Amino acid sequence: MISLTINGIPIEVEPGTTLLEAANYLGIAIPTLCHHEGLSPYGACRLCLVEIGVRPRTRLVSSCSYPAEPGLRVRTGSERVLRARRMVIELLLATCPQSKVIQDLASAHGIRQQRFRQEHEDCILCGLCVRVCAEQMMAGAIGFRSRGQGRTIGTPFDKRSEVCRLCGACMYVCPACQLRCTFSEPDKAICGGCANIPAPCVSSGQHDDLMCYMNPCAACEIAKT
Amino acid sequence: MTPGTVVQGNEDRSAAAGIEMDEVGPIIEKHRKQRGGLIAILGDIQARYGYLPEPALRMVSGQLGHPLEEIYGVATFYRSFSLAPRGKHHVCACLGTACHVRGAQRIVDELERKLGIQAGQTTPDGEFSLETVNCLGACALGPVVVADGHYHSKVRKSGVGDLLERAAQGGGSAEANGAPAFVLNACCPRCQSRLEESGHLIENHPAIRLDAACRGRHGWIRLSSVYGSRQIASEFPIPAGSVVEFQCPHCHIALPISSRCWECDAPVASLQIAGGGKWNLCCRRGCPQHLLEIS
Repeated sequence: MISLTINGIPIEVEPGTTLLEAANYLGIAIPTLCHHEGLSPYGACRLCLVEIGVRPRTRLVSSCSYPAEPGLRVRTGSERVLRARRMVIELLLATCPQSKVIQDLASAHGIRQQRFRQEHEDCILCGLCVRVCAEQMMAGAIGFRSRGQGRTIGTPFDKRSEVCRLCGACMYVCPACQLRCTFSEPDKAICGGCANIPAPCVSSGQHDDLMCYMNPCAACEIAKT
Repeated sequence: MTPGTVVQGNEDRSAAAGIEMDEVGPIIEKHRKQRGGLIAILGDIQARYGYLPEPALRMVSGQLGHPLEEIYGVATFYRSFSLAPRGKHHVCACLGTACHVRGAQRIVDELERKLGIQAGQTTPDGEFSLETVNCLGACALGPVVVADGHYHSKVRKSGVGDLLERAAQGGGSAEANGAPAFVLNACCPRCQSRLEESGHLIENHPAIRLDAACRGRHGWIRLSSVYGSRQIASEFPIPAGSVVEFQCPHCHIALPISSRCWECDAPVASLQIAGGGKWNLCCRRGCPQHLLEIS
């Protein structure tokens, strides 16, 4: 067993456990995008950054791919971590603003600006679809092609793959195309709709066609008590 | 469209293009046991066909047991692999930092203007294809242009037309290919004696003289000092495929073996070159592997 402390809380975990798993065991929430249970860690989105080490010599690592070490001190919510995480979300917003998952993350982290050149990509290259196809579906129909700026995901030679069974798992796990943010205007990077509009359940009649994505929904929580 | 029709279509197309896939199998077998053999396999296929044909990649995928996607990812990752047929003559201009500050961009512009194509394209008549690379590792010789495997050093804008003309004519030796031949001044790494003999010329340059031992016979051997040329003269016939032991004719000590040839696993002897650096050459007769290390 390996003993380490996360946010000052001592914990013992099995060798090979990642910091993300250890933190989740303690109930500490770390936002993730490219992590999925049952798939190999990838560390592409950098959302799950945590700070390890003793000040002033600390460093940021991606908790989804960093294995627990004896005596490690981990901080999941320090100022440095939050600053880096906000920057990561801003960069993701600059790439793919129409993704509901990314817009929700921006709302949850209080992102109010996006300072980079706005693009409208369909993909953030998190590799979830590639891994789910290869590791869970045992197909390996899609993968990364080319490199650098020209890197894309697709089938070899852009032809319909012979090993693809049209299972749809790649679309199911995709954070960029599974849910579209319906509110955001094309020229505005940050939607903030879910955070700013009163919940549909309280202002009924006004927003009949709006779905409530609040999680947890403040109005519902109050109504429960 | 069913998967079956897709496969059928590919076979039809490769047959129409007249590509024989007979040689892919032996290439795969040759490198199958090596770790990281995929790159070597793709490199050999590219050397054989000039590009990576789709049926060949499907064959590699089937025989190695990796998904085609993985093979395709590797093939598209590296710039030296091409998925489309290249022109008969392949011109490759270096745009690395050292070549760039010496005006490589102007050379590329001139090549593009002369050929009427952009970098990465092939002329409509299929004669020339032009590509840029980020470094060829010959920074001291910049700007470097490689035409059909021959390195042209310190290329000037005015010399581009000449270079293309000579590349179009072909020409076996490095000297015939236009731009000044890159001549090596070799010396023995032990006793530092110069090895070229001004009395004996190979390709109009003093030959490099060494003593050779092969299959129980001893005698002199003279190598061309032009880099890229593989012409030799020897006292006794050296059959292709046999491994030669080299000796310095002055101190009579065998040339140091720096490594094993990655192509044929024969010893690789190294000579020192004037100006600093090593010239590594494979000791097997007929093996084209030689490498320059400039320090």
